[in-house]
Amino acid sequence: MDKLFCIRDISFSYAQKPVFSHLDLDFERGLFYGILGPNGCGKTTLLDLILKNRKPDSGNIVYRGNNITCMSRRNIARELALVPQDFYINFPFTVREVVMMGRHPHIPRFADPSSKDMDIVTHVMEQMEIEQLAEEHVTNLSGGEKQRVVFARALAQDTPVIIMDEATSNMDIKHTLQTLDIVSKMVRERGKSVIAAMHNLNLASAFCDRLVFMKAGHRIITGDTSDVFNEQNIKDIFEVDSKVYFDMYSNSKQVIYRHEK
Amino acid sequence: MQKKDAKGNLTIKMFFLIFLLAAVIVVSTCMGYIKISPRQVLMVIAAAITGDTTSLAETGHVIPYVIMAVRLPRILTSAIVGAGLSIAGVVFQGILMNPLADPYTLGISAGAAFGAAIALLSDMMFLGLYTVPVFAFAGALVTLVAVIFIASSDGNTSSNNLILSGIIVASILSAGISFLKYLADEQVSIIIFWLMGSFGSKTWLDVFLVLAFVFAGFLVCMFFSRDLNIMSLGDRSALSLGIETRRVRIILLITASLVTAGCVSVSGIIGFVGLVIPHLMRFFLGPDNRALIPTSALAGAILLLIADTVTRAVLPHEIPIGVLTALIGGPFFCYIFRKKRIGVTRG
Repeated sequence: MDKLFCIRDISFSYAQKPVFSHLDLDFERGLFYGILGPNGCGKTTLLDLILKNRKPDSGNIVYRGNNITCMSRRNIARELALVPQDFYINFPFTVREVVMMGRHPHIPRFADPSSKDMDIVTHVMEQMEIEQLAEEHVTNLSGGEKQRVVFARALAQDTPVIIMDEATSNMDIKHTLQTLDIVSKMVRERGKSVIAAMHNLNLASAFCDRLVFMKAGHRIITGDTSDVFNEQNIKDIFEVDSKVYFDMYSNSKQVIYRHEK
Repeated sequence: MQKKDAKGNLTIKMFFLIFLLAAVIVVSTCMGYIKISPRQVLMVIAAAITGDTTSLAETGHVIPYVIMAVRLPRILTSAIVGAGLSIAGVVFQGILMNPLADPYTLGISAGAAFGAAIALLSDMMFLGLYTVPVFAFAGALVTLVAVIFIASSDGNTSSNNLILSGIIVASILSAGISFLKYLADEQVSIIIFWLMGSFGSKTWLDVFLVLAFVFAGFLVCMFFSRDLNIMSLGDRSALSLGIETRRVRIILLITASLVTAGCVSVSGIIGFVGLVIPHLMRFFLGPDNRALIPTSALAGAILLLIADTVTRAVLPHEIPIGVLTALIGGPFFCYIFRKKRIGVTRG
């Protein structure tokens, strides 16, 4: 099978607090991965490590046969696009300008965007339904609209791998479904790979091919969604009682929780 | 198409600003104790550039001397310093992701002032007229190194760390300056006068020194201007778009600080230009640093030159240039700011 990432023997800690010790984890190409786990379990840290935004204390991360420490940041940016969770900007760039920033790794310094770059930007703005906001200032948008702009920027980057860090957390349900549909279609039809940290277990189950359950100080549970999405794993990782059943309407396994009235 | 129009528009604005700057330079050269006609100014400048002095026979010796040795060095120094402070302002606001930042946010001015105050107080003259500028420059550099050292203790050099350590270092230095003023006793007025800034008695050496700093700084800032745009999305996004944020931030920080230090050491501390010109240009042109850096440089040159000409040739007594920039630029800024706000809420 074609390996996207081989993570071998990774250890990482913040100051004195260990996050990972001797972690081994593989991601394969052409799949939609969901990363699930409670707050503070290291989901974002894991994404930062594979993006080379953070350096592990020890161990290796290999992307398609290349050790990422040997890849230039610009080359990584042509392979991996990140959709971050929070988006903060203090200057009134227009939506079109921000989406065009996604083309940065492809445009030589001092060159102007080519007509191909402009077409890509227009296309992804249509996909994310933000073309009517194109000349608005991003500073005036709502949280969900900003997230769609950030998503469009990552799509404009046109990379084989898309990494999402709770990328739909501020979107309404319609745009959440639309966005996840767009990326899962890219996985199925164009062979892209997606690694997404998510909080909503039911959405993860509906869209992801494989799941990675993480918990601080625990063994990582990973496997096909149909195998690992079960009551026992949800209990182990999230410490909640739940019932998992196959739902005909969404055509996926879904979970409901028990809570005190 | 839209993009192309915006680009053409920018070219027109740039040419307008260049023309305006040239006009202001000529007009301000005419003004002063001895009135000179624009035609004579242009003839003298043309003769100086071509080296052909035959056309100057009718103007006599005084006017070329006044223009070439007295007025132009001062005029050019003030214009270049205005450009330098504005470039540094754009870059500091961009790196620190804070529209309130200015060239002095990291304490460069306090460092330069401290260095200058030591030189002025101890009456050191071993470098002749350049003792004070050299001390000011050294003070600014030491401050910069200290601020970066303190801010990068967690290996990250974040904007907040930089602003905070800038404030800490600047307040320590301010206390030091107050102490030096207290020690200076009767000489205190020299220190105060230097602190308020002046372009009096500048030479061609000043012009070339400050031009070297500002022009080199301009090139470096333009080289990284697109990276600077993207860095306003925050480190995580900028890294994932292929920008070595830490390296670019340090390079731009040092460049903008050197430009500031160069400007401050020849002119003293002139506030306001570096804060307001970038804002003003952002109002007109949007936040794209590729447009903002060159236009701010031109606009800053124009503003500071007008301010210096007013204090030199219009007012009966010279008043400190720093005071005047705020007096001229401030109300204009308020007007634009209000107009823009009204436009936003109604539009």
